[in-house]
Amino acid sequence: MEKVFSRTEGLLDKPMHYCPGCTHGIIHRLIAEAMCELDILEETIGVSPVGCTYNNYEYFACDMVQASHGRAPAVGTGIKRVHPERMVFTYQGDGDLAAIGTAEIVHAAARGEKISTFFVNNAIYGMTSGQMAPTTLIGQKTTTSPFGRDPQVQGYPINVSEMIATLEGAVYVERVSVSSFKDIKNAAKAIRKAFRVQQAGLGFSMVEILSTCPTNWGIDPVGAIEWLEENMKKKYPLGVFRGKDLEV
Amino acid sequence: MTMTDFSIILAGFGGQGILSAGRIVATAALLDNHEVSWFPSYGPEMRGGTANCGVVISDSIIGSPVINDIDVLIALNNPSLEKFSRQVKPGGVVIVDSTLVTSVPEREDIKFFPIPASELANQDGNMNFAVVYLLGCLSAASECISQEKFEEALKDVLPARHHHLIPAELEVFARGKTYANVK
Amino acid sequence: MTKRVLMKGNEVIAEAAVRAGCRHYFGYPITPQTEIMHYMARRMPEVSGTILQAESEVAAINMVYGAAAAGARVMTTSSSPGISLKQEGFSYIAGAELPAVVVNIVRTGPGLGGILPAQGDYFQATKGGGHGDYRNIVLAPASIQELYELTVEAFNLADKYRNLVMILGDGTLGQMMEPVAFRDEESIETVAKDWAVSGRQGRKEHNEITSIYINPDIMEALNNKLQAKYREIEKNEVRVEVLQCEDAEIVITAFGIASRICRNVIRQARAEGIKVGMIRPITLWPFPSKTISAVASIESVSSFLTVELNAGQMVEDVRLAVNGSKPVEFYGRMGGNLPSQKEILEKIRTMAGK
Repeated sequence: MEKVFSRTEGLLDKPMHYCPGCTHGIIHRLIAEAMCELDILEETIGVSPVGCTYNNYEYFACDMVQASHGRAPAVGTGIKRVHPERMVFTYQGDGDLAAIGTAEIVHAAARGEKISTFFVNNAIYGMTSGQMAPTTLIGQKTTTSPFGRDPQVQGYPINVSEMIATLEGAVYVERVSVSSFKDIKNAAKAIRKAFRVQQAGLGFSMVEILSTCPTNWGIDPVGAIEWLEENMKKKYPLGVFRGKDLEV
Repeated sequence: MTMTDFSIILAGFGGQGILSAGRIVATAALLDNHEVSWFPSYGPEMRGGTANCGVVISDSIIGSPVINDIDVLIALNNPSLEKFSRQVKPGGVVIVDSTLVTSVPEREDIKFFPIPASELANQDGNMNFAVVYLLGCLSAASECISQEKFEEALKDVLPARHHHLIPAELEVFARGKTYANVK
Repeated sequence: MTKRVLMKGNEVIAEAAVRAGCRHYFGYPITPQTEIMHYMARRMPEVSGTILQAESEVAAINMVYGAAAAGARVMTTSSSPGISLKQEGFSYIAGAELPAVVVNIVRTGPGLGGILPAQGDYFQATKGGGHGDYRNIVLAPASIQELYELTVEAFNLADKYRNLVMILGDGTLGQMMEPVAFRDEESIETVAKDWAVSGRQGRKEHNEITSIYINPDIMEALNNKLQAKYREIEKNEVRVEVLQCEDAEIVITAFGIASRICRNVIRQARAEGIKVGMIRPITLWPFPSKTISAVASIESVSSFLTVELNAGQMVEDVRLAVNGSKPVEFYGRMGGNLPSQKEILEKIRTMAGK
């Protein structure tokens, strides 16, 4: 039988542990494919976060380091300063990057640290079972905002890309989604661009990726995609916030 | 000379060159093959405007760099004299810049040498010399620093661009020595 | 011997690190150790090294984690409150078995405390601080020369055991100047780091650095491996100075700056006819329990006195080592005050019944 599709060399042959309908798997594949397409798989060191993807070092075929909660950009900085000729990426969720690790991401971006961050925003804490995230929408029900997020009590969600884009050291910041075929194609393009920005030594690059969490949203996978389209994209519009005209 | 934990405190305001003077004394002692330690006041104490450092010179391993009993106190302001004069050992030496220190230690069991160091330095047109007068006096009063080692220490401590000042400093040092004879 | 130069403790640490092959330094300013960073800021560019002022101590220790994972000789330095912030990182470094050197120029606590010298971080340094079963090698220099030698040694030990090595100093050691003689060439014991992440570069398997193991059996196996390593370190790396204990009646135990004050006390006490000796642990972990236990069994030794700049921390380890065979007394000062020779001598006279 003719083989028409193969697993990317960028991922190891290992079953993933993610829930049905979760989009982390797609995002992993996009990053892995980008490394292969740019022929940097053997040049790259990835940093895993704390959260649902804490052990994605078991999936990526490049060298990997697991970091403590929120500190991936600091760990990535340490690696990059030792191996400036290599490629370094961090893979972080919304709790990791936008709550506990806010200082690290802001300062890595401000320093123009030559690393790429893939920031997966699913508006909830998955690993610890559905708590409110910094990116949880107003009115969204979570286990720690069971009556819906009330700005008077829990404050407002953070638009991370828009915030990071204000920093001079962040040369490329884009928000993408993986909720449709077209969005996935765009996300792949953005991920490749982030790596190329790093390769060119231009500064810090970040791609925010809107993602689903059917399990903790309490919605079936198809419904979750619809919920993302209808709710998340309103609060978190897709687009390039920095480096639109950057040719790399 | 042989020494066992000979201890000197230099104290005054920040900016009077106290820490550097202490460093020169310590360097001179090192060049004379003694063991030596130098310990400064630091932090908020420094920011409050006062500065002091302690130098211990010895011919065996130095115990503590922190001085409790003082052999020689060099004080460049009244609070320093007040703070440290009680810790001077009986028979010890107190040298003060009498232009700035108006009080007199209330002790009969110490040797007291007031020098109008700031006034003399002012006349010389270089306020940095004030502390050099005091070091000259220290040299004559205690023999812990010779003029020869002072010169070597200056060459060691001062950046090359200031080496042209060394002859003048040596002259001031020599004049400082004469004040150790005044009671 | 090479020429002895007068240098500040903090600067000696930085110079020693550079000489030991450290090319990556990450830190955050805090008194009384910031001169290390000042020195590094000028020195590192001369050797094409990296010095980075991090946004926090937390970030700094995680940069250390990354650089160590990448195979570099790396150091961070701080003082007590900053070290508290780094403890999380220490635990991860232990779990991932990364070699790193950390300097704590201890100031007074608890809380923001003060900036003057103290030894109140003994517990934190030797018994954890971070979570989980782990050990850091803790070196306690007592002079600037020793500060230099132990800093170089710290890098060798870190690489040898893939372990965090801490230099536990204090404000006095950091701030004081003393002569130091640098060797012309350091004995850098290089170890192949085939576990490090550097990009696969043709390597068949990817390298992973991690400290998380969800499977209890794997987690336990890692812990057993760590414990075996710690036993090995205890066997090989105890460093201790024993001073005039052969005929001693009272044995002082003290480390770092406290031991220096006690040196003078011994001289004075012996002049008064009280035979005093001293055991000075140079490694606080591994602790020289066997040496202390052996000295405790000397017939002439009637009692021990532990002197520290804290409320009594190392004294607990001394008591464990003496194991009830002789009384162990304690004298300490806190708040940035150093015990004076007079005070310690007075305590010794009382103990000797004089």
